[in-house]
Parts: sequence; structure tokens; C-alpha cells
Amino acid sequence: MKIPYYPGCTLKTNAKNFETSTLAVAKALDMELIELPRWNCCGTVFSLTEDDLIHHVAPIRNLIRVQEMNKNGTIRDEHRLLTLCSMCYNTLKQANIRVRENPADLKAINDLMYLEEDYEGQVEIIHFLELLKELGFEKLKEKVSNPLDGLKIAPYYGCMLLRPKEVAIDDPEEPTIQGELVSALGAEVIETPYNKVCCGSYQTLDNKYAVSNLAYDILSHAQERGAEAILLSCPLCAFNLDFRQKEIKERHPHFHEMPVLYFTQLVAFALGLGDQAYGFDLNYVDPEPLLMDKKFLNEEK
Amino acid sequence: MMNEKESSHQDNRIGVYVCHCGGNISDVVDVKRLAEFAGRQEGVVLSKDNTHMCSDVGQQLIIDDIAEHHLDKVVIAACSPQFQGETFMTTLATGGLSPYVVEMANVREQCAWPHFDSPEKATEKAEQLIRATIAKVRLSEPLERKTMPIGKRVLVIGAGIAGIQAALDLGDSGFEVYLVEKNPSIGGHMAQLSRTFPTEDCSACILSPKMADVRTNPNVHLSTYSEIKAVEGYLGNFKVTVEKKPRYVDIDKCIACGICEEKCPVKNVPDQFEEGLTTHTAIYTPFDFAVPNKNLIDPEACLRLTRGGKVCGLCAKSCPEDAIDFNDQPEKVEFTVDTIIVATGFDIFDASEKKVYGYGKFDNVITALEMERVIVHATEGNPIRDLGKRIGFIQCVGSRDEQVNREYCSRVCCMYATKLASLLKHSGPQRDLYIFYTDLRAFGKGYEEYYKRAQNMGVKFIRGRVAEAIENSDSKKVTLKVEDTLSRQIIEAEFDTVVLSVGMGLSKSSEKIVEILRIARSQDGFLKEAHPKFKPVDTNREGVFLAGTAQGPKDIPDTVAQASAASARAIRLMNQGEYAIEPIVAFVHKELCNGCELCVPACPQNAISISSNKAQVNEALCLGCGSCISSCPRGAHDLHLYTNSQLLEQIQAALEDKKENEIRILLFADDTCTYRLADSVGTAKMPYTTESIIIRVPSGSRVTPALMLHALKFGADGIFIGDCEERSSPFPHSGRVMKENVEKVKAILQQENIEPERVRSRQFVTVMLGGFVNSINELADFAQAAGSIPQEKREKLGKNKNKELFGEKYD
Amino acid sequence: MTEKVVISDKNLEFLEKIERLSGEVITRCDQCGTCSGGCPMIAEMDITPSQMMHMVQLGHPAVLDSKAMWLCASCFMCTVRCPRGLDLSKVAESLRQMKLRQGIDYIDIGKLPEHELRNLPQIALVSGMRKFTG
Repeated sequence: MKIPYYPGCTLKTNAKNFETSTLAVAKALDMELIELPRWNCCGTVFSLTEDDLIHHVAPIRNLIRVQEMNKNGTIRDEHRLLTLCSMCYNTLKQANIRVRENPADLKAINDLMYLEEDYEGQVEIIHFLELLKELGFEKLKEKVSNPLDGLKIAPYYGCMLLRPKEVAIDDPEEPTIQGELVSALGAEVIETPYNKVCCGSYQTLDNKYAVSNLAYDILSHAQERGAEAILLSCPLCAFNLDFRQKEIKERHPHFHEMPVLYFTQLVAFALGLGDQAYGFDLNYVDPEPLLMDKKFLNEEK
Repeated sequence: MMNEKESSHQDNRIGVYVCHCGGNISDVVDVKRLAEFAGRQEGVVLSKDNTHMCSDVGQQLIIDDIAEHHLDKVVIAACSPQFQGETFMTTLATGGLSPYVVEMANVREQCAWPHFDSPEKATEKAEQLIRATIAKVRLSEPLERKTMPIGKRVLVIGAGIAGIQAALDLGDSGFEVYLVEKNPSIGGHMAQLSRTFPTEDCSACILSPKMADVRTNPNVHLSTYSEIKAVEGYLGNFKVTVEKKPRYVDIDKCIACGICEEKCPVKNVPDQFEEGLTTHTAIYTPFDFAVPNKNLIDPEACLRLTRGGKVCGLCAKSCPEDAIDFNDQPEKVEFTVDTIIVATGFDIFDASEKKVYGYGKFDNVITALEMERVIVHATEGNPIRDLGKRIGFIQCVGSRDEQVNREYCSRVCCMYATKLASLLKHSGPQRDLYIFYTDLRAFGKGYEEYYKRAQNMGVKFIRGRVAEAIENSDSKKVTLKVEDTLSRQIIEAEFDTVVLSVGMGLSKSSEKIVEILRIARSQDGFLKEAHPKFKPVDTNREGVFLAGTAQGPKDIPDTVAQASAASARAIRLMNQGEYAIEPIVAFVHKELCNGCELCVPACPQNAISISSNKAQVNEALCLGCGSCISSCPRGAHDLHLYTNSQLLEQIQAALEDKKENEIRILLFADDTCTYRLADSVGTAKMPYTTESIIIRVPSGSRVTPALMLHALKFGADGIFIGDCEERSSPFPHSGRVMKENVEKVKAILQQENIEPERVRSRQFVTVMLGGFVNSINELADFAQAAGSIPQEKREKLGKNKNKELFGEKYD
Repeated sequence: MTEKVVISDKNLEFLEKIERLSGEVITRCDQCGTCSGGCPMIAEMDITPSQMMHMVQLGHPAVLDSKAMWLCASCFMCTVRCPRGLDLSKVAESLRQMKLRQGIDYIDIGKLPEHELRNLPQIALVSGMRKFTG
């Protein structure tokens, strides 16, 4: 299958491993992810005041690209846009809902972008987890060459995948989609009560200790329940939970480091797709010691 | 102001009264102008305005005028006929006239109230309504009320405290009561409680004597473990079908000795009465003070009943009375009653829906009802749960919460939490108790004092709604996160036990009863009373009453009061041995009938038969729906109080002053649902287009295609017909007939190049306020956009066909 | 020191302005505190989210001087839990916009320490600039 794919800015830089692992997984599953031509920043975070329209122009412009791809034959009859980053997913989806519910606003935005064709409102935003679920986690299980028995993973959702209710990919209070993925890969799912508490998001700019306190709560609750690694889907959550472990250790010297993985990294690893696909070099807390300890990786590596 | 003149229309001397309604009407419409306008109408000899027509003074005015001015018909422009119609009918009867020559123009609920922001248009519309009502009343017949016999038999559905109280009141008054309860014992939820607030009476102790009285009262026929399957008929003649579920134990032989329970090998059946906290054997008694106190077998747990053959059967072998019967079958019982009381109670909110509190996942989170059972067992020296030291109560679980679609307050939870906390503190003074509330509702007699006593005992009340509960994976204690809104601090405290103060909802079994009885539900889901202030225990169906929590959350004193009230209302209908009915019955214009028999199958009550080649209507069976009228190709069928001529005159009068480029739509509202719904919309002051006139009909099926075409011909730009949903309609066929009629008219419009979307119908529930407003506004918008129907097209409608039906003068 | 609040027409104007900007009927808030209980940033805030709503209900412009609205992470936890169906994230955004539209930025990206700027992913900078600058 072919599907238009929106990477978002960070997947090309700090979170490059998110993209490489995804592309490798997609290839292994016979999916062709066609990167959206001339995409622009999604404009995260979704602007919330009633009167603001200018901040919705950026996300809508990306949706027009999907229309164009369908019209010029790059893709046939596929009006879904695949996203990976939770924040891109949330922003694009909320913007889509906003213009669909307010035709007058859509017209204003279309008029402003007079050089672009009009957005017609037909695009659907889909997250890679939803696509994997659609494909069937059982099918995924068949392709696992490296079953992760004994690895204890705590799925973390953060806020953007589950809230507000109109954009949620799963039940906002009891999400299970990542857990189902983890089980299909053979690993053990550790549910924690903090799996949907916000990581602090953009507060990391000028309030890093507030963020690291939240990260400490999230990570230590997972560890208490036996989790060995965290699984997530957002470069900002990854930064706040992974990179900010430095700040956690400043306040909690006995804190035990914990690897933080993009879910596609874990899938790629379970499918045995190779080092290039995993991209572990970009993770702040190196996952390799854990994986070696569990005998999933050979010591020489 | 008064207008008096000689009537030019010799047959009528109509008096018109325009009510100010204490400002409710006069604040919006110009009542003086209306009175003047009415005075100029043909047949009107007298026209006045007055502040309160329904008051003694107002009514006396009418009575005096009837005598002094020899009035023979009366029009009152005031509130809805659903509201004060009865009052004025009585006034006329007192004044010596037939109660059926008074008509009300609904200028309050269906004019001044919804159109509060357009006084000028509202006044114009009121004029149209008055003109239409006068047109109708000119042709009113001086009919008399009919009476039907009624006996002294009552069906009480549900034997919780409400049903028990009603049954006893009625039984003691000499009425025959059929008390049907779906559970194997009577008593309901009250039997499960430990103590009751504010007196802390032992619930079982005060309930038991009542339960025993039910058993011994000679007028009460109790049927437990039974379900209502069907109810057909009407007031004075309800045919009830009940299915008694098989107990597999003969209750006449069983002495509840308990030997079978000792022998039964299946010991793990969750005990429903104990909210699943303990188990019982497959053969069991419901609880220790059950009435009847007899055993029964759970067919899904019993080895013999699930596996068949000669498996087990130990109970039968050991029973000294030989009471076990594995071949027991459901038993169908049929009987007839005159009135019905619905007392089917509540279910508690399913706390697992509120996922943030962890019910069903965390060991130490329980509901208040479970806590009641825990306390009962602890008091009996038989503890089933260790509660620990620190206990927290979370209020408003499943109440006042849009996230779980329960916006209402469940009324009793503040008090029952206070009670549970008091009991726990009393029996364990070392306990540390917290109640987390948003508002504390201690509204009843002795309630505020009880709350203060709880505070005196050391129960802490913290104002904050708990956001989430987190379980400590080792200790299983539960941490609650809540903002103490009074000190603006976040509390994170660990509790040994957390109690969820769950709200009330309509019981599942009530939902089935709603379908069977065709009664309405309120917006909050509970059963709907006929009027929130003045008819709190009546329903929209005559002869069917409500009592207890099925009507809405309430405590025991209010439940008992309501049960007695419902009994009194039922007695009121039955006591005289007869009751009055409206003479809304079908009749036949014999001169038009040619005996074609098309009408016979059209009547859902089989009330039409052919005699001497002419159709005739059995008035006792006729429901007055008007469905037969559409079936007659010659217009021979008609309906008293809503005759073809009357409706035509109303329609014409409602459209008379319409200018060519104006838009006006007619809404035909069925009396049972749509008319009441329109009243509710007005009462809620929800605005909708003023370019609409509502005409009352007994059912949607009354509006024949001929009437619709006439309306369009005379100037209507859109027609909307409203009827009940099948399940709450007193007329089973009317929805279907209405839709068929609308399709016929649409087809004709299509042929004549008129937009068929101008004619619409919808089946309403009395709670669909927004739906009603949208329906009218959408049709008006459509008509506005499509424009007024051109006169040439209007002329084409109603040619030929209608001349046959209604005679020359309507062409 | 207990503060005194004087209610004048200005208070009503402020409330109406926030209601227009956010599209929420602020008087619906019954101060239950569910929002505060689930807020991840509450530990840092000077006033709680429900307190913020209360001050807006009273039309108290001093709410614009609070730190709370800047500490909001737009995580929508309050929104999905509010028993009255209110969207607090929109209210917080409106309060921020009241300041930002006057040209008063909350943060100056250029003044962040260099090593931070080097490590921060773009997504943090983009979202931060969206929320903290005009």
C-alpha cells in the first residue's frame, strides 16, 4: 500500500531515528510511505482562541498537498495523511476538525492562500499506531524474528495522542493500543498510572526542572512496577523523558537511568531490521546495555 | 375593554377573552389590540381582556357573561389548553353550556413565550391564532362528556419501598392490588441498606414489618420472581400479561429449613443482594428477611439444570418436604386491572465507567452500596472486609458529570456518605474519615443537624472533586489527588479504602416497562411526570402513575410520600366507579358513504363495521386517533371535536391575512406528544420562527392529504406534521398513516412542480426541545429560500379531487 | 494580607472579553477543582486552574499577572475531565493572548542559554514560540 506521509520538522533532525526506524518497518510490511512534497511545519501547538485563523493556515496547507498528490496521480484514492509525531498528529487533526466545522473559516483560510488550490476538507489524519492496528497486530507478530520475551516495556502516551476526545486514537483514560503492539512483539506490558500525564511539553524551554520533576514521576512509577524501558511516539516527550534524565539525576542522584524508545524503534528491533534502522545512537540513554543484558543483542556490539 | 355588537352571524354568539396571564402574555403581545381584533370577527358579540382568566374572578366573569349576553360559545386566548383547558371546560359547564364549545387560543406557550423577543410579530401571530380558533369554535358542537365504568383493581409494578407503600395504601382502602416484583423477594434496595439517615434506624428493621404486611394483607396479590410481558388496553381495562419465572422450588411446600443449601455442591454463586461481596449456593434464599422467605435455584449455576440427566439433585433428595421440582416451567398469568402504578426503582451508576477512580481494577475502591453490606456484616459480628484506618469518600460519582452523561444531582449521596462516615466513626473511633464534595446538600428534615453531628464526631469534609485515584502496587492502598478548593492546595493522600458515592439512574427493568406501557422519559432519563409542579405522580397515559426513584432520585421519606400520592391519584379515578372521557370519536357522514369497506382495516381498534351498506363506528372502542379518515376516498369519515370542516376553517383563517410575498408554515401538532413538546419549548423560552402557526390535532394521522393540499392552496408555504414515536403513542398506527399521507402529498407536489420538501413529518419524543425548534426553523428556512408558492401553482392544487370530498364551497 | 476586590463594569468587560476569545461560558464553572487535581504543572503554579477560572468569573484583571497561565502545558487533561464540559485550555490560551497581543512576550528565545538552544529539538522551540510569543 502507498500512503502520504508527513514527517514534521524534528523527525528530520533530533528525531531522525524515529523516521529511519519507521521507514524500515514500513518497508518490511510492504508499505510505501510517500513523503509529502513541499510540506511545511505543522505549526504546533494548535491555537486555541476562537478568533485565531492565521495559525491554522500552516497545518491546512499540508492537507492541500495531500489533495494535490491525489490529483496529480502520485497516489490513487488515498486521502489519509500518515503522521508519526504525536504533536503533529494532534495539531493537524484539530485544525482539520476546526475548518470542517466552520465552513466560513475554511473559506477565509482558502481565500488567504490564493496561490494554493482550495482545501476541500476530505483529508483524514492517521497515526502510525492506528495504521499498524488496522493492518493487524497479529500480522505484525508473524514478522517478528526477534521476539522480545522477558523485556518489560511501559507504554507512554503523553497528551497529544489521547486528548481532546475528538482526536483520541484510543480510550482517553484507558488506552491499550501501544500495549497491544508491545504484546505482539513478545514483550511484557507494564501499565502505569502515569502513562498519560503530560511530560511538560514546551515548558522545557525555560522551566526544565518542572519538566524533569514530571519525568521523574513518570519514569519512577514505571520503574516501581518493573518497567525496563519506556515506549512513546513524540519527539518532545522523548526529549523531556530521555534527555532531561540529566536534570533528574541532579535532583535525585540515586535515580536509575531508563531507556526511552520510539515505538517504531522497538518494532524495527523485533523485526531484526539492522542497526541503521534502530538509530540507537540518537537516544540519550543508550538502550543497548539493556538489550544486551536481556540477550537480545550480542555482547560484541 | 369590551366590544359588544349585534352578531351578524345568526347562529353564533361567541365571547372572546384575552388573558394577560399576569404579564406572561401582556408583557409581549398587545392584549388590548387582540381584544379589539377579536371583537371585529364574525360571530363575536363580546370581547374582553383580563389579567387572570383562570382565577375565580376570571371564571366568574365568563359565567356571568354567558347568562347576561346569552353566549353560546367561548374562546379564551391564554395559555395552553393542556394547562388550563380542563378548568375552562368546568367553567362552561358551571355556566350551563357544554364544555365542548370552549376553545383556547394558545397565545402563551405557543406565542408570547417563544417569541418574547419579537413583540410586534408575536402580536400579529396571536391575531392569526385567535382568528383560527374563532373559526374552529363557530362549528363546535355542544357535545356532552361520556362516562366509562371503572373497577377497583390496581397493578403495582415493583415491590421496593415505593411499591410496598402503594400496595398497602391501596389494599387498606379496599382496592384489589396485583403487586408484581421481578426479584425473588420484595424489599428493593432499601433492604440492602444498613441504617437510614438522619435517624440511623436499622433499615431492615423498619422495612420488615411493611414487608410482612404485604404478605398478610388480604387485598394484595403478590407475585415475585415475575416480569410484566405485555400491557394492552386503557384506563379501566388494562390487560396485563405476567410471566412467573420458574423457581424450581414449590413455595407452598418449602419451609426454608436450609437443608438443601447445606447439601448443594455449588457454593460460589456471587450473591446479588450482597453486591457480589459474598457467595451463596446454587439453591438459595434471597436474604434472611426475604418475603417470601423461600428457596429458589439459580438455573445458570445449578448442575442439574445446566447439565441435565441425573446429575447431582442432592437438594431434591434431601428436602424433607419434597419441594424441589426440576421440571418447573415459566408460568403465564393474565389479568385485568383498572389503573397501574409504576414503582420500578433505580440502579446505581456503574462506577467502572468512571475509569479515573479505578473501580473494578483497584482492590480497595468500593461503592457505597457495597459499603452498606460491609457495615451490616460488621455489625452482625461477621466482618467480610478489612477497611483499615483511613477511609475517603468521593462524592458525585456518576452525578453532575457531563463526561458520563449524567448531568443531574442524585440528591441522596451527600447524606448517605455522611451517614456511612458517621457509622464508621462510631464503630471505629480511631478511623480517619474524609468526604470529598463539591456541594453539600442537606436539604431535608433533620439533615443539616445530622451533618453537624458528623462534623462533631470528627468526620472531615473537604471541598474538592477528586481528579484521580492511583493504586500503590505493593500495599494496594489508594492515593487520591484532589484540589482543596477552599485552601487552594493540592491534596495527595493515601487511603486504606475509598468509597465511591455512586449516583442513581433509571433501573434497567424500568426501560422495558417504558416500552411496554408507552410512557415518556424526561431528559435526565427517569420516568416523566405529566407536569413537574401539579402532576408529579401522573404520567402522560391516563391511569398510569409513578412512585419512587423511577421518577427521579429521592430519599425514603419522599419515596413513601410519593407512593401514597400515587395511590391517592389512582383511588381518585377509581372511587366513583366511572370516569369521564372526551367525546373525541369518529363518525360517518352516511350520505357520503357507499359501503366500500376501505375504512374497516384502517382502524387499529377494529372499531369500524359495515351495516346496511354503511360504515359505522363503535364509540366505546374508538380511540379518536383519526387514522380512518385518510382511508376514505369519499370523505365520509369525520372526527368529533376535530371535524374536517373545523380544520378547514382553521387553516383558512390562519392563512387569511397572509400577503403574497410572506412565508407562513403550518404545523399540525398531535395532542399527546408534539403539542406538549411545543408547549415545553415555549415554557423554556426557546425562540423559533414567528412565521408558523400550530394547529392542534389528536394525532398526526388526522391530517389527511386533502387537508394538506387545501392548506397549500390557501397560502401555506410549508407543512409540518408532528406525531409521537410508536412506542409512546396511544395510537399504534398513526405514525405509519401520517408518513403515508405525507408521501401521497409529496407525489402530487412533484407532479405540479412544487418542491416536495415543503411537506414534512417527524415523530417526536416530548423531550426533543431542540429537535422541535430545528424542525420548524429548517422548514421555514427552506420555504424562505424557495420563496412563496406562486398563486398559479396553488390554484392547480385541490382541483377536482377536493370538490368531491368537501363540497362546492371549499374549491 | 487579605485582598479586597471591587466589582465594577470593567470586571464584566474583562469576563465578556475572555468568554469571546475562548468561546467558553466561564460562569458555568462551579469550582469543583477536578481540573487542578489532574494538572501536571500544578506544583509550579502560583494559582490553581480553578482559582484562575474563579478570578476570570469575577473579572479580576490581576489574573493576567499570574504565572499559572504561562505554566499551562496545553495538555487538555482538564478539558477531558471537567464535569461541566468546559475547555480550560482555551481559557488559559485566551489569558495568554490578552498579554501577547499587547506585544508583551513571555519569553525571549534569544536569551536562552546557548547549550540549551543547541540541545533543544525544533519541536520545543516551535511550540514554545507559539505559546509564549506574540
